[in-house]
Amino acid sequence: MKSRSMKERIIEKIANETLLFTILAIIMGLIVGAVVITISGYNPIDAYRAMIEGVFSKPKYIARTIIKSTPLILTGLSVAFAFRTGLFNIGVEGQFIIGALVATLLGYFIHLPAVIHIPIVFIGAILAAGLWGAIAGYLKARYGVHEVIATIMLNWIALYTSNYVVTRESVKMPGSESSYYIQETAQITITWLKGLIGPAKIHWGTLVAIIIAMIISYVLFKTTIGYELRAVGHNKNAAQYGGINVNRNVILAMTIAGVLGGAAGALHVMGEAYHVSVLSATEGYGFNGIAVALIGNNSPLGVVLSAFLFGGITFGGSNMQLLGIPTEVINIVIGSIVFFIAIYRVFRFITKFFASRKLQKEAK
Amino acid sequence: MIQSIAFILGTTLMYATPLIYGALGGVFSENSGVVNIGIEGMMTIGAFSGAASTFLLCDLYGPVWWVPWLGFLIAAIAGGLFGLLHAVASVTFNADQVVSGIAINFLGPGVSLFLAGILFGGSTTTPAIPLEAKLLRPFNNLLQDNPILGPIFNQYISVYIALFLVFVSWYVLYKTKLGLRIRAVGEHPEAADTLGISVYKIRYLSVIISGALSGLGGASLSMAIIANFRPTLISGQGFIALAAMIFGKWKPQGAMWACLLFGATTAVQIYLGSPQVGFKISTHLLSMIPYVITLIVLMGFVGKSASPAANGVPYEKGKR
Repeated sequence: MKSRSMKERIIEKIANETLLFTILAIIMGLIVGAVVITISGYNPIDAYRAMIEGVFSKPKYIARTIIKSTPLILTGLSVAFAFRTGLFNIGVEGQFIIGALVATLLGYFIHLPAVIHIPIVFIGAILAAGLWGAIAGYLKARYGVHEVIATIMLNWIALYTSNYVVTRESVKMPGSESSYYIQETAQITITWLKGLIGPAKIHWGTLVAIIIAMIISYVLFKTTIGYELRAVGHNKNAAQYGGINVNRNVILAMTIAGVLGGAAGALHVMGEAYHVSVLSATEGYGFNGIAVALIGNNSPLGVVLSAFLFGGITFGGSNMQLLGIPTEVINIVIGSIVFFIAIYRVFRFITKFFASRKLQKEAK
Repeated sequence: MIQSIAFILGTTLMYATPLIYGALGGVFSENSGVVNIGIEGMMTIGAFSGAASTFLLCDLYGPVWWVPWLGFLIAAIAGGLFGLLHAVASVTFNADQVVSGIAINFLGPGVSLFLAGILFGGSTTTPAIPLEAKLLRPFNNLLQDNPILGPIFNQYISVYIALFLVFVSWYVLYKTKLGLRIRAVGEHPEAADTLGISVYKIRYLSVIISGALSGLGGASLSMAIIANFRPTLISGQGFIALAAMIFGKWKPQGAMWACLLFGATTAVQIYLGSPQVGFKISTHLLSMIPYVITLIVLMGFVGKSASPAANGVPYEKGKR
């Protein structure tokens, strides 16, 4: 009797496990993708083989997947952090743009040895993006402007600000629609890896992003600041009653979210792009970050893993093009994964159903 | 001078129209208590299916009068199907409505571009609809040469349908039994349920209407303002419609005014940037105007936004 209740508890625990549901959602998303591929007259096994080969078959593919995933770690982290504090940060896109722009300016105009130049560029960029995020926090705290609206507007303002600055004579590279390249002293590409993986630009940013994820995890779950932020996210009124300054925490949360979004932009410029271009529409780093955060269950470790998954699916998936399959099937797969995460209760229902059936069988 | 004002007014209507459809979509969904952040995705699928079906129908039957109308209808149906998807997740499975909306925003462009690739040989755009098969301009013969009324009122029929739908939405929400039920379900689903209103049915209906309206919004871009679908066509308009709906306090007429304000700032920006005005400011700075003004206007409305009480809360029968 006792052992059965133990078993029951274990099954219950597995059935409630978020990780299990996430994996199920990913599998379901891939199945939906396979169905779509099959209906359009292609072989899904070939398609997914192409995707996996697109990630793992050559060292340079692995390197490119890591590079593509790096900004997603930070944009996902930014969204996840804001979610934890009860805010919906649609503004990562704009924070990314500001971070990239400031990193480009500091990287191009300043001439210093790399030891000082790199930290100045990075810190300058994330501070600027942090301030940019703080605007939305301030507007919410002081004027009650919904952060979703504020950040949507700020995304476009950031985009046009960047376009304006990039097209100034002193910044714009003649004959192009983009800025000059940053100095070599501001670049963080790991050059000695070139012999090993070819032209793919592996850079220190990936490591920095993972370290930042660990710091965020620590701050959120082990410090007083993190406790206050989460308390505000959990129940604003209770937090206020408990003596927590809600407005200050809203601004702080948006500032940190901005810093994270800006870090993504800065590292992207310093490690890979080296310059910024005139944009006609947002590039999607921010919106992809929302999906990354959701797939990662808004936990820092989950975000890191889901960023690599997302990077793998998008970068490897582009290999499907060789078979003639429109690569947009990738967005269908990702959308389906997020959809199945939204309806995770379906899985809970199914796992409970099977668990109870198994128990009944054993009882007989 | 008068002609400039006429130009600005006309451009305002033109740019506000897709937003009005999207914002009305938001009004229906959110008044029934379902947050709809997926307007963007629904507009995208509407824009694609409207443009693609009109082009294909035109290929088959020539530019007959009913071709664009059928295309417009197909856009609504496609949007409605995505609404249904959102409803299945957020009403039946009690999903987090924001998460489900985000999924819609990936699926809308994903499905649109995938189908574009399959139907039109690997392209991400649809071929241009012939001029005669675009939505009609009802007053074209009357106003074509009028220098003042022409720029203002010689609009595509989609503009007038949008304004008419604002009235219809207001009437339905505030003057009919159905509207009362929608709002009751959004304010206090438990009470509504006690009175025998099916919370699930009302929410399903509202979210599907929401998708259909958003789909029309997309089509009003791809079948009127321009004549095809392309990947950057919607780029954020669904979110601006969402913002307009919140700014308009979840009311059809409020949302319309917010959309018109946004359209007007866009029109002023285009006017200032046009060669005959020759305003010596970077186009990038001018493009910023609508967003900056919206933010400033919002700051003037301190904490007055009043969302439906049960907005975003999944309803579970029998749960206290």
